[in-house]
Amino acid sequence: METIRTWSQAIWLLLINGFWGFPVTGNLYQGPLKIICSPGLNCYSCPAATTYCPIGSLQQLLLGIRFSLQTGNYYIGTFVVGSIGILGATVGRFICGWACPFGLYQELLHRIPSKKYSIPRLLNGLKYLFLLFFVIVLPLVLVDDFGLGKPWFCKYVCPAGTLEAGIPMVLLQPDLRSTLGWLYVNKIALLLMFSIWSVLASRPFCRTTCPLGAFYGLFNRVSLVKLRLDREACTSCGACHRVCPVEIRINETPGSSECINCLRCMSEACQFDAISLEIAGFPLKSRSIVTKANVRS
Amino acid sequence: MKTDKRTIRRTPLILTAFFLLLLLTGINLGEPTRVLEQAKSICLACIGIG
Repeated sequence: METIRTWSQAIWLLLINGFWGFPVTGNLYQGPLKIICSPGLNCYSCPAATTYCPIGSLQQLLLGIRFSLQTGNYYIGTFVVGSIGILGATVGRFICGWACPFGLYQELLHRIPSKKYSIPRLLNGLKYLFLLFFVIVLPLVLVDDFGLGKPWFCKYVCPAGTLEAGIPMVLLQPDLRSTLGWLYVNKIALLLMFSIWSVLASRPFCRTTCPLGAFYGLFNRVSLVKLRLDREACTSCGACHRVCPVEIRINETPGSSECINCLRCMSEACQFDAISLEIAGFPLKSRSIVTKANVRS
Repeated sequence: MKTDKRTIRRTPLILTAFFLLLLLTGINLGEPTRVLEQAKSICLACIGIG
């Protein structure tokens, strides 16, 4: 199952970043596909990006909301929130586990042999604060003399933007190098911090900081496709705890907003068929899925 | 013989319909054009320059 998941992440990485003509054009992709929402966190200023980043776009719409309303346009983010809302309501955080390029980056780093550490649960709540304040409130409220705000999360936090856009664009466009300052240094430092943390702990950015993961997590209990726990079959043996990359106990908190639906508990740990996938209330038996996965891999 | 009493969960369908409505509202307001304009240009702030 893990092999299939890594392939899924790689395919999504290439689908979301499908423009490989940038070394020739020296610029990012500017075609019509950028009307499509990237399901995972992927900076639209990445030269290969063929989709828009919902977190970046939402901030851009909110920071310019006064200007849009004054000019008679009602660009208040309904298109962007509608797009990610549909994704959240249908598959929840399956996107984090199966389709997010920055999740893949962290997972690959975590494979580097080293001592591994857990992440205090208290830090899991931070991502909701990032979603609320850095993505919504601050871009909306703190404005300059022209009534324009800043994309706070993108500008001061997002390490995915630095990795996928900041570094490549500076390499691609030498003119940009003369404008680099403390902001760039700050973003490189944050990227380094999250990269080192990813070696030592599993998916630290997803668990503590990602506003998109926080949004999708809100739907984990109610999404169309979700994990289902059969309490009668569960023996509370704890095998699922040991394989979980985000350190949740699915038998105690089924539908946890932290679950990235990697399915390791279902396919690698549970021997009692207690965990299965369900679609809109109808279970897909886990054993048949595992058997199929084993046959394929 | 046992009958399967499982019923379809309506919440995800209601939520999907709600967000679809939001999406269509956004399209009706012309928001995709604005999103496309933004996505086509380099966001200097996003890459740590602006």
